[in-house]
Formats: sequence, structure tokens, C-alpha cells
Amino acid sequence: MSTDTAEKEIAIKESEALLSKRRKKLMTDPLVDDNPITIQVLGICSALAVTTQMQPTLVMALSVIFVMVMANLSISLLRNKIPTRVRIIVQLAVVASLVTLVNEVLQAFAYDMYKELSVFVGLIITNCIVMGRLEAFALGNKPYDSVLDGFGSALGYSWIILTVAFFRELWGSGSLFGIPIFDGISSLFGSDFQLATNGLMVSPVGAFIILGLLIWVQRTKTGYVEH
Amino acid sequence: MELFNLAIRSIFIDNMVFAYFLGMCSFLAVSKKVSTALGLGAAVIFVLTITVPLNWLLNEFILKEGALAFLGASFATIDLTFLRFIMFIAIIAAMVQLVEMVVEKFAPALYGALGIFLPLIAVNCAILGGSLFMAQRDYTLAEATVYGFGSGTGFFLAIVALAAIREKLKYSNVPNGLKGLGITMLITGLMGIAFMSFMGIDL
Repeated sequence: MSTDTAEKEIAIKESEALLSKRRKKLMTDPLVDDNPITIQVLGICSALAVTTQMQPTLVMALSVIFVMVMANLSISLLRNKIPTRVRIIVQLAVVASLVTLVNEVLQAFAYDMYKELSVFVGLIITNCIVMGRLEAFALGNKPYDSVLDGFGSALGYSWIILTVAFFRELWGSGSLFGIPIFDGISSLFGSDFQLATNGLMVSPVGAFIILGLLIWVQRTKTGYVEH
Repeated sequence: MELFNLAIRSIFIDNMVFAYFLGMCSFLAVSKKVSTALGLGAAVIFVLTITVPLNWLLNEFILKEGALAFLGASFATIDLTFLRFIMFIAIIAAMVQLVEMVVEKFAPALYGALGIFLPLIAVNCAILGGSLFMAQRDYTLAEATVYGFGSGTGFFLAIVALAAIREKLKYSNVPNGLKGLGITMLITGLMGIAFMSFMGIDL
């Protein structure tokens, strides 16, 4: 046993493990305890607009993950070269280029999705989570840590918008990923039984209310109280 | 008359906040007091009214497909649409900086009121969203200006109304987990229902 621990200590001194405790924390903190949407109140704009259906939400989540990881990596690599005075402009330029890339890829390979998301892909540029993490983390940390941090925050964002989309699509359209669920359930019980959908869920109002309730549940679980 | 209808539509029916969720970050963060909400709302109207027509000019004469035709026949086929995001955000950031300096120099009183909000606005989704919607919907210059002003006013109305409600809300007993953001989201949802009644207006 003693030799075992000694070996570990030496290993840590030489180089931190690829997924050490500290680094795991970087990634898991934003999922629940420090969630960008429900706790830090960032990035709500795009969180709500695309969540009427699961599919565009998934595309949006993947785009944000890509943009955040790459932006955190690039800014972290450049962190010693960027003069503090122009850092916002540099960050905006990096993020805007990455978003342009995502937009062009979508336009080329998934044109329907590109039409459906319309301006909201572009609005990833002004998503406060991206800018917030660049300012708060990537400017002062090493590239690998920044990548993990970006990935964690983007995942925290993704699961919230996917949950909102799940309820909105299920109750609003009676389907998931475009597959009709309500019709299937109704047909099991014969022709008299019909599960009804609620039009309010498709409208923006549904998003506000679902997110509000989600925040309530999540904050009750973590015990976070805002004053 | 068309322009007036567009203004009404962008203020009430296509409200930036309640219909498109734009500018939510600052909408939630700066709506605790009516006085600060007034400042931010005014700054948003100001910046949107300036940047939307400006980006219209940029889009019409440089970025659009075939927009560079005035430089000669060989430029007629160039399509710079993919530069839209980066150019729009650059114009917005530069304009905000410029407006801040001009206002500080020539209208110190206004600067005192808007001052701290102007830098915040460069990364407000409502501003970039306004320009992107303008480009998508093919407005004319006059329509773009009216649209910019109208959507700014819509944001102004929404944030001031929410701030007024939140000031009263301080005295209510809200469940712990729902305090702050949670209850604000629910109120925004209820306000959204109220604004949905404008959809019935036939313009």
C-alpha cells in the first residue's frame, strides 16, 4: 500500500493526471452546482428560442459545445499575447469566426436545419456563456483546463435546453424528435381515448414557464437561494 | 402607413423579449430597479436605432450577393454573405464605442444616465438580433430604421414593466428555490401571455 501511494505522489508532481480530481471538478461543476443557466443566469436568450422541438435544440447544443471548446482553446492559447485593452474585440472576433464556420457547415450539410434555426445560430456570438467563460476562465488558465471548462459549461447549458425542449415538444406537439408519441399512446387505448396537446407550450410563454419551474426544482435540490 | 404598422408590429407583436427571447441576459440582470431599467432601455433604443440602418447600408452595399457590382463587372458575382456575423458585430462594437465617446463629450448629462450601460450593450443579443432579422427580412432603409427604433422600444417597455413588478415583488414571500430568477421567469411568462393578446391585431 505504502509504495502505491508514494508512486502516485511522484506521478502528480511530474504532470497532473489527464483527468485529475481538480480537472473533473472543472467539468462537473457547471452541470449542477454552478449551472450556467439556472445558477449563473447566463445564455438564456438562445436557450429558449430554439426549444420548441428536440432536433433543432440538439443541433444548437452541439454548435454551442463546439464553439465554446474551440473559443476557450484559442483564447487560452493567445492569452499572453492579447493586450487587455482590446481583449473584448479579440474575443468577439474569435467567437464570430467560429460561429460563421458552424453556420456555413449547417448551410452546406443541413439546409432545413439552417432555415429553422435562422438567426439563432448567429446569436451564439452574443451568448453570454461563451463570453463569460472566456473572460472568467480562458484568459487566465492553461489550454487543456480551458477546454475542459468550456466543455463542462456547454454541457451544463445543453442538458437544460434539452430538458426544456423535451417537455415543450412532448406537451406542445405530442412528439419527440418528430416521432408522434401521443398518437401512439392514444391508439393503445382505443378510439375514445385521446391525449390532447397544449398550444401554450409551443408559444414562447411555455418556454418561460417550463424554465421557471425547472429552475425551482433544480435550486430546491442544490439548496441555492438568491437574495 | 406601412411604416407605422411596422413600428406597431415590432413594438408589441414581435416584441424582442416576449416573442424572440432576445436580450434576456440583461433583461433579467438589470431589471431589479426601475431607474436602472430606464437607463438600459433608453440605451438599447438609442443603439438599435443607429446600428440597424448602419448594418443595412453595410449589407446592401458590401455584403449582399452582387452588392459590389458598382465596383465593376468582375465584382458582380462576389457574395460576402458569410462575413455577415463578423462584420455586424464589429460595426456594433465600434458604434457603441463611438456613441459612448460622442455622448460623453457633447451630452454629459445623457452620458451620466446611459454611461455604464453602453459598453454592456455591445454583447446584448437584442442588438445583434435586430440586425440579423433586418438582413433576413429584406427591409428597405426606412423600414430598417423604423424596425430598429420599434424593437428597441419594445425592449424598453418590457424591461421597465418587469422592473416595476420586481420592485413590488420584494415584499412578497416567495418560496426559497423560486426566489430571484425562478419567479422572474414565471412573471415573464405571464407578461408574455398578456402580450400575446396583441397578436389578434390585424395590421
